[in-house]
Amino acid sequence: MQITVDRTLCQDHGQCAIAAPGVFRITDDGTLDFDAAPDDSLRDEVEEAADVCPVQAILIEDAR
Amino acid sequence: MSCGVVIAGAGMAGLRAAEQLRAAGWAGAITVVGAEPHPPYNRPPLSKGLLVSPDDDAGAVDRIAFRQRASTHDVDWRLGTAIETASLPDRTVWLADGTELRYDGLVAATGLRPRRLPVEGAPGRRFVLRTVDDALALRAELAPGRHVVVVGGGFIGCEVAATARTIGCRVSVIEPTSAPMSGAIGRPLAAALQRYLAARGIRFHVGETVRAIQDSGHGTASVELASGTGLDADVVVESIGSHPNVQWLDGNGLDLSDGLHCDNALRVEGRPDVVAVGDVARFPNPRFDDVPRRVEHWCVPGDTAKRAAATLAGHLTGSVTDQGPFAPLPSFWSDQFDLRLQGFGAPGIADEIDVMEGDLDRIEAGVAVGYRRDGDLVAAVLLGLPANRHAHYRSLLNRLPQAA
Repeated sequence: MQITVDRTLCQDHGQCAIAAPGVFRITDDGTLDFDAAPDDSLRDEVEEAADVCPVQAILIEDAR
Repeated sequence: MSCGVVIAGAGMAGLRAAEQLRAAGWAGAITVVGAEPHPPYNRPPLSKGLLVSPDDDAGAVDRIAFRQRASTHDVDWRLGTAIETASLPDRTVWLADGTELRYDGLVAATGLRPRRLPVEGAPGRRFVLRTVDDALALRAELAPGRHVVVVGGGFIGCEVAATARTIGCRVSVIEPTSAPMSGAIGRPLAAALQRYLAARGIRFHVGETVRAIQDSGHGTASVELASGTGLDADVVVESIGSHPNVQWLDGNGLDLSDGLHCDNALRVEGRPDVVAVGDVARFPNPRFDDVPRRVEHWCVPGDTAKRAAATLAGHLTGSVTDQGPFAPLPSFWSDQFDLRLQGFGAPGIADEIDVMEGDLDRIEAGVAVGYRRDGDLVAAVLLGLPANRHAHYRSLLNRLPQAA
C-alpha cells in the first residue's frame, strides 16, 4: 500500500495521527510525518485516516 | 423489484453510508438519491477556501469532490432529484420526478437546510451557505470594499466573516446572544474570540436581531436591527442555523420534531430496516448520558455511517454481531483568520467552564478551555495549539466514565 499526502492541502489537523497512530504522526513542531509505504495489515486504519482528514489530503494509491 | 438499500441523501453522509455498507458486508444493490446535482463533496471549504479560490465554478466544485472508493463503483447515483415522500410500511420511496423505488433497507441521510430570517425584502441581496452552489453565488458577490452583513455569529457566520474580511470586504456580524459562538463554546471563550475577530476589523452587533430588510433602491439592502440601528449591505449572509430535512418522512408516524429519533444503533424508532446517518440522526451517546441529540459536526457522518451500516447490513444479511455501545468522541474545528479552534467532546452540556492552559487575553499564544458537568470533563476546546498537543486533552476526555 502506497500513501501520498497532498502537502498543498494538508493543514496539520492531526486527525490522521489519531486514526492511524502507527502510520501518521505529528512532530514536535506540529507538522505531519508519515510512513509512505505501510504494511497492508494497517489498511483499515489508513482508510480511516483518509476518511477523517478534514481536507481530504490523503491518497491511498492502490485503494480497493 | 427491490433496489436493495436506498440511501436518501448524496452528501458526505450518503457517501460514507454506501462505503460502510460495503465494508459491513452488504453486497446487494445500493441506490443513492440526492437533491443536489453534484456528487458528494466536502463542505468545510465552502465558508473558507472556496470563497477565495481563483478556480472557475466547475473547477471549484471538482476540487472539493470526495474521492470515491472502488468498493462503491457499482452504486447507482440518482442526483438532482430529491425523495419527496416515503411509506415505511410499504418499503417504498417516491422521487420528485415520479420515480418509485422499493427497498429492503433505507438509510436517511438527508442532512440540513438553512433556516431563513422570518422577514421579507431584498431577496436578491440575501445569501445562505449550505451547498456548493450557495457558496459559488456568494463568492461572486465578495469584493474589496463591499459591505457584508452576516446575520448569526455561529461558527459558519464567523468563518464567512473572517474570509470576507480577508478579501477586503467591510464586515458586520449580527449576533443575538452576548458573544459570537457562545452557544457552542460558552461565554468566556466566545468573548475572547470576539476580541480577536474585532481586532481584525470585524464589527459586532451583539444582543441584536434583525427587525427588517429592505431594498434600498440602488442595488443594496438596508438592514434594520431591533435596536433601531440601520446598516447598508451589499450582501446579507443568513447563518442562523438549520432545519433537518425530514419532511419526506411525514405521514409515517415518526417523531420528526428534531431530526430522526434513533436508538444507539442508529435504528429509526425501532424500525429494523431504517437507519439514520449524519446531521438528521438524533441518537443517545452513552459517553455522556441517554439523551438523544443531533450533532452537526463534520465527524458525525463518518462515525454514524459506520454504526448504522453495521446495524442495517446485520439486519439484511442476518449476520448480527454485537457492536457494543456506540459512544463516539465528538470532534470539531473552525478556522478563522490564522487561528485554529479544535474541540473535542460536548461543550453544550457543561455546567462549568475553566481555562486549563494559557490566557484568554492572549488566545493566539495557545489556550485550552475545559468544560465540566458535575465535575467531569465533557469537552475541551483548544485554540492556537498545534495538533501534537491535542492528544493530551483527548486522553483526559477518554477517561470519562461511560454510562452504558
